[in-house]
Amino acid sequence: MNTFQIIDAGESRSFPLGDPFRDAAGDSGDILVFLGAGATAAYRPDASKTAILVELGTECLGVATGESRGEEGSNALGVARFRLGDGEPSDLIELVRQPATDPKALDAAKALLEGAGFQVSVCADFAGRILDRLIRPYYNEALAKLDEGLASASDMDLTVKLGLGYPEGPIELLERTGLHHHHDVTQALFEVYGTKHYAPARRAKVAKQRSEQGS
Amino acid sequence: MTEISTVGVCGAGTMGAGIAIVAARAGHRVVLYDTKTETLERAATQTAGFFGKSVERGKLTQEQVDGFLGAYTRTTDINALADCDLVIEAVFENLVVKRELFGKLNGICPAHTIFASNTSTLSITEIAGGCGREDRVVGMHFCLPAQLMKLVEMSPGLNTSPDSFRTAWAFCEALGQRPVRTKDSPGFVLNYFLVPFNNDVIRMVEAGVAEPADIDRAIKAGLGYKMGPCELLDLIGLDTQVLLCEAFYDVTHDARCAAPPLLKRMVAAGHLGRKSGRGFFQYDKDAMFGG
Ligand SMILES: NC(=O)c1ccc[n+]([C@@H]2O[C@H](COP(=O)([O-])OP(=O)(O)OC[C@H]3O[C@@H](n4cnc5c(N)ncnc54)[C@H](O)[C@@H]3O)[C@@H](O)[C@H]2O)c1
Repeated sequence: MNTFQIIDAGESRSFPLGDPFRDAAGDSGDILVFLGAGATAAYRPDASKTAILVELGTECLGVATGESRGEEGSNALGVARFRLGDGEPSDLIELVRQPATDPKALDAAKALLEGAGFQVSVCADFAGRILDRLIRPYYNEALAKLDEGLASASDMDLTVKLGLGYPEGPIELLERTGLHHHHDVTQALFEVYGTKHYAPARRAKVAKQRSEQGS
Repeated sequence: MTEISTVGVCGAGTMGAGIAIVAARAGHRVVLYDTKTETLERAATQTAGFFGKSVERGKLTQEQVDGFLGAYTRTTDINALADCDLVIEAVFENLVVKRELFGKLNGICPAHTIFASNTSTLSITEIAGGCGREDRVVGMHFCLPAQLMKLVEMSPGLNTSPDSFRTAWAFCEALGQRPVRTKDSPGFVLNYFLVPFNNDVIRMVEAGVAEPADIDRAIKAGLGYKMGPCELLDLIGLDTQVLLCEAFYDVTHDARCAAPPLLKRMVAAGHLGRKSGRGFFQYDKDAMFGG
């Protein structure tokens, strides 16, 4: 297995301090992992490495590597461990590739992450990757329909749990993990995609305003 | 509140056959009506098979099943529904067909009979419109497979009387189901969320953001869903998803509800999901490839 080295660039949402993934890291390694909110800014190309992983928030990997002609790609990959607001990080890592990403780098990154016990989904370099891009419109709709009285919060939650087998309904999930966090992610996607389904729902805006005023 | 003892089910297809099982199992007299004899025969075979398994698994005794089946009749004669206290329709998802059916039933059933619709996408108020008993029509949306799934979305139309709704709700609970109340709004809760979500997944595949297996893995591992959306779409049938899109887009004019081009191409290519052996994944009998 490849050895890896972590370079911290601020607080990491994917691998917070104390996360077991960090224990396996060494002082050097053939894979470099830039972690933290400043990971894209801290990234430096290094062709001598098998792969370089860069933790992503809502931004694209291209912010770190640059993009040109739709032919960009190197040994750098984006990583984001899916985590909803204040909830615990999940076991899912979205591994972001570019059109011309080196397949050997992709394989090595996947092997490293799977070896560390994560489930890995590979995706292209778009805002929201797979999960945020799919679930944010659903959460906004659920919040809007709650306002419109389609069903009570508990009936809405129960409907998706019993009808679709989801472990949690949208309203209870958003309230547990922090509606204001949902606001931030969906607002970022709204700025990129511009479609109304990403526009933060009224309840998310209210929660954001309350968090800003410290209540 | 009216006492519900005899239950009519119209349409002996996928949903009707299951709903009839649920009503019979709760001890009601059941009359299953369909215009096609072969559909009724298929429902009879499925019902016998289902109850047979329930006996094998020790969930029911043979005496219980004999009792249920003794009180269960099948018919192609709509007049046989004349004694029903409540009739649930699960015929084709077509407003004209459903309205005609309720219009006819209004002339056959006694005044106290409540009409329930299992529609997935149509408006309860529109289905009830002009049937002659708009105050006694309710939405009662069971999930597939009805004989196993507890959830029922129940919706009053604009003219539904509170008393009819209460009676239908109590009936639903007595069936052992779990009703949730929703407004008479396209797709109620479940399909309102699911149809556009699944379309977004299809558009994501089409745009090359991720492969179906990667999307399914992300949804299952990241959110703890039991099934990925691509697997689910293959199960629902991609042709059915097209029909759902058409029905939804018609009433919502929401771009997310419009059938994505890839979906239409897959249906044109005969990639309908599990039923055709190929959809987002390939299937050999019941085994799944490509995950
Ligand atoms: N299949 C699902 O997953 C699902 C889930 C929930 C609700 N529904 C709704 O349930 C209803 C039935 O769906 P389905 O999947 O069981 O359809 P289906 O095609 O399997 O069955 C419909 C049956 O109705 C019969 N029929 C048609 N017109 C009739 C009439 N005028 N009188 C008597 N019988 C008639 C047909 O012969 C057929 O057997 C639809 O409204 C659908 O939207 C379907």
